[in-house]
Amino acid sequence: MAMKDLKIVGQPVKLRDLDTHVTGETVFYEDVRVPRMLHLKMHRSRYPHARILGIDTSQALSSPGVVTVLTHEDLPGKKLYNALAGAGVGPEDEPVLAFDKVRWKGESVAAVIAETPEQANAAVAKIKVEYEELPAVFDVEEAIKDGAPNLTAHWPNNHYVYPDDHRAAQIRYGDVEKAFAEADHIVEDSYQTQPIEQAPMETNGCIAVPEGDGRITVYSNTQALQFSLDVTAGILDMPTSKLRFVGGTVGGGFGGKVDIQPEPITTLAALRTGRPVKFKYTREEEMQVSSSRSAWRVYVKDGVMNDGRIIARKVTTYQDSGAYLRFSSYACMKHCGHMPGPYTIPNVSVDSIVVFTNRTPSNAMRGFGVMAGSFALEVQMDKIAETIGMDPWELRLINAYREGDMKAHRKEVEDAGMVESILAAAEMAGKQLPENFRNMSSLDRKAG
Amino acid sequence: MASGIVSIKVNGRAEEVVTGAVTTLQDVLRNNLDYTSVKDGCSQGGCGACSVIVDGELRLSCLTPVQEVDGSEVVTLEGLNLSNSITALQQKFIEKYAAQCGFCTPGMMVAITALLDRNANPSRDEIAEALAGNICRCTGYLPIIEAVESIVAEMAGIAGD
Repeated sequence: MAMKDLKIVGQPVKLRDLDTHVTGETVFYEDVRVPRMLHLKMHRSRYPHARILGIDTSQALSSPGVVTVLTHEDLPGKKLYNALAGAGVGPEDEPVLAFDKVRWKGESVAAVIAETPEQANAAVAKIKVEYEELPAVFDVEEAIKDGAPNLTAHWPNNHYVYPDDHRAAQIRYGDVEKAFAEADHIVEDSYQTQPIEQAPMETNGCIAVPEGDGRITVYSNTQALQFSLDVTAGILDMPTSKLRFVGGTVGGGFGGKVDIQPEPITTLAALRTGRPVKFKYTREEEMQVSSSRSAWRVYVKDGVMNDGRIIARKVTTYQDSGAYLRFSSYACMKHCGHMPGPYTIPNVSVDSIVVFTNRTPSNAMRGFGVMAGSFALEVQMDKIAETIGMDPWELRLINAYREGDMKAHRKEVEDAGMVESILAAAEMAGKQLPENFRNMSSLDRKAG
Repeated sequence: MASGIVSIKVNGRAEEVVTGAVTTLQDVLRNNLDYTSVKDGCSQGGCGACSVIVDGELRLSCLTPVQEVDGSEVVTLEGLNLSNSITALQQKFIEKYAAQCGFCTPGMMVAITALLDRNANPSRDEIAEALAGNICRCTGYLPIIEAVESIVAEMAGIAGD
């Protein structure tokens, strides 16, 4: 199909709510007005790793304006959750409110519900938690060493375990070691990315409103309404038919609102108090408590021939999930499948491992799993070009996958467009390529 | 500052509000008077989403104790919606796709209005400078600046775009 036949692709499409965005009339969750609304503030862990010996809420309960205080003892249903449990991912490892231990600095311990945000904050400061501080671990490779502090019995070695007892998401394709022995060059390096906060303009939050019919309406800015609804139902031990989640207007997300964060506890607070309750993250909470993109450590070893062909690639990746699983096993598997990159390499071995550390749990952000991989691989491609004295554009064109090639994770390439994309980029950048490269096509490997 | 009663005019309407020790103009506008275009992105003067015009000057309402503006005239985007000048700017935002999630947009509208009120023909650099305190995380700043350039060109009677 030619571009001229396309009616939507290539055409700007007006956002449905653009007209009210420019007048300020778009209703975000926080713009919903309900009478007699209470405010929830969270008492959070001061330590990255500590045993909880006792939680004393008595002074907070008698603090002015306080209606109630919730701890793990008030949870009617599940005390542990994972958003993907419904898709078979498990075990559910994350407490709604901490009970035996805290595993990261900022973890939720007790929720105060009061008439005003200021009164809730004042009472949060009056909660006394007795801790026994434990050694913490913050580095992915330290965390999986023998003798490292263990976060939870769910993960005895501080790493996720994939089905069939695999410690890593894995690809085994061809014979990497044999190909390394035959390669003209070995190019080896390691790459580290940092956690990144999505920093949406609007912080995470919701308002839960008890209705006369026994249902609870939750106005939320989550990017994952169905996950939040399911998890909340499980934690409250309520049928989903009793919960009405209203969302769809999100003041920026970028993955940072995929977590189940404010909804379950706010819904429980509304149920307990019989009044509407709002829980809005401060900017500080958004930065330090809401999940970031994971930090990834990627080791890459490539076997390369003088003519530019990459004949073997071995990758070992450690994903820093932080203290709990959330969506990491999914991201890590996606990372694994991506790691050969958009290149056809006949021998590939990848191990990508989800590691638990005493850091803020990480989660979604635009292309999570893939971005860190692409960063590592494309810097590696430039290093290969430098090592063998080849133009980096030509190196990529030689190795780019072609239609019908088998990828390392046993998926045949369909609709290949890598070669054409590189050539189009070269033209836009004014990059002069030799004619045999300009004649290359994703449909075959003849030219070049 | 102790609690008391503050009189302000908001979008042309006289209001009296009872204030506490630390009541911000943002809190009064959003929560007492229901002007929900005044967004709360950070509560610390970092994002510009709460921008309003006080006596003709651009102000961050989250950093403004309401007692400080006793007797002042305050304009929010709701007030600007009543005037013809903002309609043309809003149309340019729509044409240039200068909004995505929409959360920063009210603050942008107010900041741009304040700019054009004091300088009807700002340069590109002056536009960028005037919007330096307004954070956008979705579209990037290019379409926003282009929307302003476009309205400036139109106002100057030069062919736009």
